[in-house]
Amino acid sequence: MTGSAGLTRATLLKDLRLEWRSKDATNAMLFFALLVVVIFSFSFDPTAEESRRIAGGLIWVAFLFASVVALNQTWARELRNQVLDAYRVSPAPPNSLFLAKVFGNFLFVTVLEALMTPLFAVFYNLRAIGPAYQLLVVAGLGTWALVVNGTFFAAISLRTRSREIMLPLLLFPISIPALLAMVEATSAILTGEFSAKFWVVLLVTYDLVFTMASLFLFERVLHAE
Amino acid sequence: MKRAFPIFAVLTAALLAYGLYQALWVAPTDRLQGDVYRIIYYHVPSAWTMFSFFALNFVSSIVYLIRRNPRADAVAVASAEVGVVFNTVVLVTGPLWARPVWGIWWTWDIRLTSTLVLWLIYVSYLLLRRFSSGGQMPVLAAALAVFGALDMPLVYFSIWFFRTQHPQPVIGGGGSIDPRMLQVWLLNWIAFQCFGLLVFAARYRLEVLSQEVEEMQALESLLEVRGSR
Amino acid sequence: MSYLYAAYIITWAIHIAYLSSLARRYARLRREIQELKRH
Repeated sequence: MTGSAGLTRATLLKDLRLEWRSKDATNAMLFFALLVVVIFSFSFDPTAEESRRIAGGLIWVAFLFASVVALNQTWARELRNQVLDAYRVSPAPPNSLFLAKVFGNFLFVTVLEALMTPLFAVFYNLRAIGPAYQLLVVAGLGTWALVVNGTFFAAISLRTRSREIMLPLLLFPISIPALLAMVEATSAILTGEFSAKFWVVLLVTYDLVFTMASLFLFERVLHAE
Repeated sequence: MKRAFPIFAVLTAALLAYGLYQALWVAPTDRLQGDVYRIIYYHVPSAWTMFSFFALNFVSSIVYLIRRNPRADAVAVASAEVGVVFNTVVLVTGPLWARPVWGIWWTWDIRLTSTLVLWLIYVSYLLLRRFSSGGQMPVLAAALAVFGALDMPLVYFSIWFFRTQHPQPVIGGGGSIDPRMLQVWLLNWIAFQCFGLLVFAARYRLEVLSQEVEEMQALESLLEVRGSR
Repeated sequence: MSYLYAAYIITWAIHIAYLSSLARRYARLRREIQELKRH
């Protein structure tokens, strides 16, 4: 299994290096994430107390839109250069490719979130009443939930017309329980009014179920394109 | 098989008519809700029928992933479409019942919300099938169907817990059920289930036929190319 | 109550709409089969 782990790492590093060099998609997405925060802050201008209650929902919807933009270009480079065909023919385990893409997306979306969160905190004068370190756990689990399914559905959407709209069409309904959990857990931590424990457990369950399902089915999807 | 279809259709029509008669005239009037409650004789049986077809979609999708049998894919698409039709009925009749009885069109309670999510998932499934090009679309669709089915328990759990944390009046809540009402419920469910099966059979046949036509069209274009050489 | 009748009528409207879409697809398929037969 060292082979496939090494392959995952190699693919991930290659993606990161290419992205760092080109920075084309990255800059646009960063700016998009910023715009989303500003627009949301304009549209919803609550008092400090209200904002703590609704901020969870607002932040995660904003993250969701920003991550869709990131997810849509997951396979773009592979498509442009016919790399997928090479992968199909090679004996390399497809899951290594998948995991590398998921990790890459995870890192990237995390960067987006790290950029957007302080802005939200500023615009909404947010201060967590509950234990703030838990927000990191929730953010990690929630991001993984979006990114693992998003990468999988991005692969499914490759051969569809209107590829860019198909990804969110498929991703949003399936993500609903995870989104509810993310929002509720964040609200729980921000307001300190109730416990986030159930939601965190739900997120862990969701992540486990769909990571396994994606790993199980990715090979078929790859060969089906 | 071909002769059975019209006979079954007539029987189903009779069942539906009888069910309607029972629902409107024989079932007793509800003390609290008046006559409007009779909507549930269409609403609930449609929901049960919907579940049966989505379950069928799940099973046939798995079968397709394992065996790549095109008949299984035909069952999958037919059951998904029929399921969505019944799902739409449930989503429309629900608010029509809620509004006069509880004064609100919609509430994010467990049943309405999970029904809506189910509708969203399966409509996205049908959209994937429609927008996907290439002969491997059934594989992708089957994968999505499996994801959707895995999602549903999580959907249910999450909304259930959300509702226990933020309780709201329950629509269509408990209370004992008059056995006469239960009878009419079951009758209408059997009628709609049979109706659903008929429609499913028609859709399945359509799919199998169009699979064959596609094959023949592909064969023909192959022969044309050969012939022109 | 008008809500009751609306519910029943809309239910059947939905079913009829789906059945007519099936009928249309059957008609199109029949046309395609005719085309194939002609060749």
